[in-house]
Amino acid sequence: MKTPDNTGECSTPASTGSGLTGWIDRRLPVVSAFRAEYIDFRMPRNLNWLWNFGAILTVVLLLMLATGTFLAMNYTPTSAGAFASVEAIDRQLSGGWLLRAMHMTGANLFLAALYIHLFRGLYYGSYKAPREILWLTGLILLVMVMATAFAGYMLPWGQMSYWGADVITKAVGAVPLIGATLEHVLTGSDHLGDVFLHRFFVLHFLLAFLVVAVVGLHVAAVHFSGSNNPLGIEPKTKKDTLTFHPYYTTKDLVGLLVFALVFSALMFFWPGILTEAANYAPADPMHTPADIEPEWYFLPYYGLLQSVPSKFGGLVVSAASLLVLFALPWLDRSPVRSARFRPICRVGLFGLVAAFVLLAAAGKHHAEGGWMLVGRLAGLYYFAYFLVLLPLASRIEKTRPLPSSIAAATQGDA
Amino acid sequence: MARPHSTLLVVAGLAAASVSAQAAIPESLVPPQQTWSFDGPLGRFDQGSLQRGFMVYDRICSTCHGMKSLTYNDLRGIGMTQQAITDLAHSKMIAGPPDVTGQPTMRPGLPDDHFRSPFPSDAAAAAVMGGVAPPDQSRLAAIQPHGADWLYAFLTGYKMPPPAGAPMVPGKLYNDWVDGHLIGMPPPLMNGMIQYPDGTPATVEQQARDVTTFLVWASDPHRNERHRIGVSTVLYLLFLLGLAIAWKLKTWKRAKAQ
Repeated sequence: MKTPDNTGECSTPASTGSGLTGWIDRRLPVVSAFRAEYIDFRMPRNLNWLWNFGAILTVVLLLMLATGTFLAMNYTPTSAGAFASVEAIDRQLSGGWLLRAMHMTGANLFLAALYIHLFRGLYYGSYKAPREILWLTGLILLVMVMATAFAGYMLPWGQMSYWGADVITKAVGAVPLIGATLEHVLTGSDHLGDVFLHRFFVLHFLLAFLVVAVVGLHVAAVHFSGSNNPLGIEPKTKKDTLTFHPYYTTKDLVGLLVFALVFSALMFFWPGILTEAANYAPADPMHTPADIEPEWYFLPYYGLLQSVPSKFGGLVVSAASLLVLFALPWLDRSPVRSARFRPICRVGLFGLVAAFVLLAAAGKHHAEGGWMLVGRLAGLYYFAYFLVLLPLASRIEKTRPLPSSIAAATQGDA
Repeated sequence: MARPHSTLLVVAGLAAASVSAQAAIPESLVPPQQTWSFDGPLGRFDQGSLQRGFMVYDRICSTCHGMKSLTYNDLRGIGMTQQAITDLAHSKMIAGPPDVTGQPTMRPGLPDDHFRSPFPSDAAAAAVMGGVAPPDQSRLAAIQPHGADWLYAFLTGYKMPPPAGAPMVPGKLYNDWVDGHLIGMPPPLMNGMIQYPDGTPATVEQQARDVTTFLVWASDPHRNERHRIGVSTVLYLLFLLGLAIAWKLKTWKRAKAQ
């Protein structure tokens, strides 16, 4: 590696090269910053495949922005014209069907990748010091992406768009005192129509670009604190790390291509798995569908909403299920990060995943009959994991011994 | 259920009970499974069947059902020539702008026009058709549970006279595959009521198969193209993945030394 030539009048430590890039770099060190953060950047050497999802999410976000921009150019945000304009994109616009298929598949897999990314953070304790801000910006992104997805689902103005909006705005209306005002702020008039749709079109667009801004913060935070790793111990020497390029660029590329294969298979061959056929019927305020169901990624929260015997209570519990994640760095005080070394938390965390899936199943069955009980027990476990098990485990859990260094542990593995 | 849960659902349930504009079928009515060339991840529409199916749609279904998302030009997707499309569009009279005296006018259709709807509005359709507007068929095969299988079963499922013990209501007909077995729509297909130019015998079953194929195409017109592009995309990605894996393995060999 060449030592950066640093003899010029500029005191920037890493001003590289001559010519145009050097000239730019001495004035705004973008080239050396890129080299420092994406080429020479030291990463723990033991990252597994779950660490691919950061790169995957970035790429899907770019895909969503690119396809969304072109969809927006052909979309009409009025209650009379929205459905027809989406049909025209799908049928008459050249390549429009592919553009829309990418956007729809992208939305679903964005949320799927986000949940896996979140699970990785939970499993390996990536929320603990010094990564609290990384965790919090990630959660803000989760909430923003959910809001963006919800707003986006309104736009085709099909039956599920309309009646999903109806359920959510009425749920917001159940907030004591300010509910009616909040509902009016969302709907913009006394019924779901032009004002609402136009509002959510703008919000969908706006939120998407705000997500990009927060992703910037999130990435800055991970570059400042460094990536966590499956062992949950900090790299101590250079032996514990590898440079981002070529090691993790090649690994991310493999991960991205596998993801692209799953993406393509769903989009080209099994689009029905991800789309709700009922939304191909235009919104009809006079005809309530027999079965109002949100997209799969909202089902766990829908399960919570329905398992609670009060509309406002359900809303509070659903919101709390997200809010409790924000308090996680302060609920879990154990100094050991990775669940590999925490026998109680490891089992508890798999229970949490099961509870999340069961809540989704309860939501899908509208918490009817036995599903009501399942939904309540799963909901109870969800909160108990964060509020009881984790704080308690920090005290009573006998953790397994941590390896002395990443290098020592990985050499042992190999 | 004893506990009053989420009020929204109760509201939704009441609304659903009071309005039933479309002939929804209960989940228990599962039609027999048919073999379709367009089924499965690599399925393709049979062009001959699509063209015969369009003929059935154009001569029979379109007298009551709209298909307003489609334009005549979209029929290139079933292999119609541009000349045939232009001729077809010209044969349809479509409402034009009011003339100088404000009188409504009619004009021949153009290839870019959307399919002519049989009624000026849903309300007008409902008024003429016994209170229920015939559903638009643009996405009917996608929305209807069991799509193609149900359409075929329904089109061939009229029983005249109805089986013994079946409920009888004046003005309604018996069909095995609708909720309550009663429907206002008369059986649309009859043996030999149209003649296929390709010589295929136009039995009720054949017409039902063809028009079902056409309706599934209408609800998913890019399926052939989607499957074709999908195969090449997946092959290309697999090739890239092979290269990427080789590069990754080669790179990570060096990591052991570091």
